[in-house]
Amino acid sequence: MSVETPSRTAPPPRAGARRRRRVSGGTALGLGSAVLYLSLIVLIPLALVVVRSTDEGLGYFWKAVTTPDAWAALTLTIGASAVVALVNLVLGTLIAWVLVRDRFPGKAIVDTLIDLPFALPTIVAGLVLLALYGPESPLGVNLAYSRAGVGLALLFVTLPFVVRTVQPVLIELDKDMEQAAASLGASPFQTFRRIILPNLVPAMLSGTALAFTRAISEFGSTVLISGNLPFRTQVAAVNIFSQIEGDNTTGAAAISTVLLVVALVALLALDLLQRWGSRRG
Amino acid sequence: MAESGTIDTSTVDTSTVDTSTGTTAQNGTRGVSRYVLRVIAVGYLFFLLVLPVALIVWRTFGDGLGPFVEALTSSSALHAFQVTLVVALWAVALNTVFGVGAALLLVRHDFPGKRLLGAFVDLPMAVSPVVVGLALILLYGRFSPVGGLLESWGLQIIFSTPGMVLATVFVALPLVVRSVVPVLEELGDEQEQAAHTLGASRFQTFLRITLPGIRSALAYGVVLCLARSLGEYGAVAVVSGRLVDQTQTLTLFVEERFQNFDQPAAFAAATALALLAVVTLLLTRLLRPKD
Amino acid sequence: MAIEVRDVNKSFGTTPVLRDVSVDVASGSLTALLGPSGGGKSTLLRVIAGLEHPDTGTVRISGVDATRLSPQRRNVGFVFQHYAAFKHMTVFRNVAFGLEIRKRPKDEIRRRVMELLELVHLERMADRYPSQLSGGQRQRMALARALAVEPEVLLLDEPFGALDAQVRKELRTWLRRLHDEVHVTTVFVTHDQEEAIEVADTVVVLADGAVEQVGSPSDVYDNPANPFVMRFLGPVTEIGGSLVRPHDIEISTEPRPGGDEASVTRVVRLGFEVRVELLVDGREAWAQVTRGTAEQLALAPGATVHVRPTPGARSLALTGA
Repeated sequence: MSVETPSRTAPPPRAGARRRRRVSGGTALGLGSAVLYLSLIVLIPLALVVVRSTDEGLGYFWKAVTTPDAWAALTLTIGASAVVALVNLVLGTLIAWVLVRDRFPGKAIVDTLIDLPFALPTIVAGLVLLALYGPESPLGVNLAYSRAGVGLALLFVTLPFVVRTVQPVLIELDKDMEQAAASLGASPFQTFRRIILPNLVPAMLSGTALAFTRAISEFGSTVLISGNLPFRTQVAAVNIFSQIEGDNTTGAAAISTVLLVVALVALLALDLLQRWGSRRG
Repeated sequence: MAESGTIDTSTVDTSTVDTSTGTTAQNGTRGVSRYVLRVIAVGYLFFLLVLPVALIVWRTFGDGLGPFVEALTSSSALHAFQVTLVVALWAVALNTVFGVGAALLLVRHDFPGKRLLGAFVDLPMAVSPVVVGLALILLYGRFSPVGGLLESWGLQIIFSTPGMVLATVFVALPLVVRSVVPVLEELGDEQEQAAHTLGASRFQTFLRITLPGIRSALAYGVVLCLARSLGEYGAVAVVSGRLVDQTQTLTLFVEERFQNFDQPAAFAAATALALLAVVTLLLTRLLRPKD
Repeated sequence: MAIEVRDVNKSFGTTPVLRDVSVDVASGSLTALLGPSGGGKSTLLRVIAGLEHPDTGTVRISGVDATRLSPQRRNVGFVFQHYAAFKHMTVFRNVAFGLEIRKRPKDEIRRRVMELLELVHLERMADRYPSQLSGGQRQRMALARALAVEPEVLLLDEPFGALDAQVRKELRTWLRRLHDEVHVTTVFVTHDQEEAIEVADTVVVLADGAVEQVGSPSDVYDNPANPFVMRFLGPVTEIGGSLVRPHDIEISTEPRPGGDEASVTRVVRLGFEVRVELLVDGREAWAQVTRGTAEQLALAPGATVHVRPTPGARSLALTGA
């Protein structure tokens, strides 16, 4: 959801913004409360997941991750997420382009719709997809209990990320640059390829990374449409869920840790990308 | 499969989106490519978002309003509504207070480790809802030292409302902070300083200057947070124990009814949630800070 | 003294912005803090207001040690460069803010605010929002807001900095007249020497965080303490190893005692004034003369003339130049 509020952009340098303030009593109290809140709800519980995953040694951790069903779930999750992220990279950019550069009746509605996957509960997303693309599909397309169904669910929930990161950049893009390129003899395609695309790439990749992290952690939307067939359609989050239900918290913690690490690596890459982007921008 | 969907679109959908405004008449090839791109974009969204949601709504109301109302007024459904509301309101209240406080800290104060705090605030976005549930069980479950201690004081967290509140707080945590931070940055601190020089205390300045300055961004964040809280499924599924008529929220109700072949009830609840989502969309549209 | 600043030092990180600054501001005076940007003048003003805390040194306001007082207890009026208008309040509510905080009776607030709005010529704008005002009107609203609480001192940070040239000039004269009416001790920051000389009765020149000179406008202009002040307060040129104001250079066709021979390189007419560019001892210099003088001396490129500072004019010897 970070797309909705572009967060990591540095604040505009204001006069005196670099003023150094002492950490006053008020700051310390506020900081203490915030850290306590975060610790009790986020940090300590997450740390316990990592700790628990290695509770019975690294060997057990490795065994838990590489049991056939867990390994299948992990590879499916990461593979499907990568494919879905790539589809988003292309189609998300295309949609952003149409929303910014094209004009047609009802565009405002289409623009609003982009955020629907953020607003719609994931279980409802899974249910509506199953209704249209399930065994009772009025279109005659049955993707239930297949990997394509998993991909469809992931495409649904990750739709806004690339669109919403590329869109503002495209709006800000200086039209003079394109006109300058055209005046220098560049064809529309050359202008897109050499002028527009390089300016969009950082935002496109950021959105793709966000979509990827969202996809690997997705649970609710895949529950109904995937049918949770181990080795075939079970994603990592669902595998963790069934391990928790089966009281194997150590195994669940091991797979959780892998997911956390993959997500953090993706976000770290995103952070580097954004710095790269801001240096160029 | 997404590709196959879009290819269908280009044939099916041409009639619905043929209204080219043509304000900037381009040369022939550009006009055509523009049209193709538009059809792909609109078609993709139509088959991925619009049609599935519309189908559920149509199925729900296919036999009129009666079955819908009936399905949602069963005692289980009403109970699920109530649980959802209680959990969501608690989570929104907690995250609003935290969100405003953390945003003020991140924007108006300097302290060592500020970047790290910002990263921690964003962390929940990278965590799978199921992992959230597991994490909370590990700390607050009956068999953990903390959970055991709390339980000996008569406070049950997991499989009970407090745990569901914690899970919801976790997943929705960054929303208020991230909505308020950019607006606080843009607002600057000059108005607050002016209020100080005019004799206002910190608290008076917050109430009379800062809060009115961020109110629409705050409302935006609260709406996002509320929508996320009402719709959370995975984390709540883990920590609630999914006890029908006890810890069942509306999203859990949808899943449980569907698995038990009670499609009308599942569809009705899903439609209700989808309508809430649409209301959320419209509200955020109104409240979104103008660029 | 209304304000006594003593030995104030202040650094941001490792960069010193104020170095041993001591300034006295007399009650009822209108004082300008003048200096190039980055010279520390805004910081000094913020230290007086309590918006910054000095690392060392003290600030006394009306005889009371205010160094440790928070801004809200100092009873100063502060006008920000970008007005800091409360965007969500009408002009009336903006001006009333300080009085509402002080819990004054409603009718008193109403009376006082209308009085002030009349003073700043905004009485018909009372129900507007800041976004509906022009820059100059916002500035006057900010001034009324600061004056509403009857501050001991009024502090203005680059009060006309964000306005265009025309409005700037109008507001300057207006501020001077306002001060003559209200008599509140006023300190304003500016980087425009013309503004300081025209409006203030005392000018404090600050550069690199230190006070270079304090005096009346004519004092700092005519008797600059050092080359920096002389250069900053007005145009200068260099002849015979001294800094001289170009209008203090006498040009003649005949040699005179204390004069140097010079050749004219260019003559530029700027309306009534004429700018004469010269080469003296191989160094470039220029003089400002009236059109009459230029015609009388028949100044033209290539002519050889004699130049010297007008007797009695202030010049500063440059050492080692």
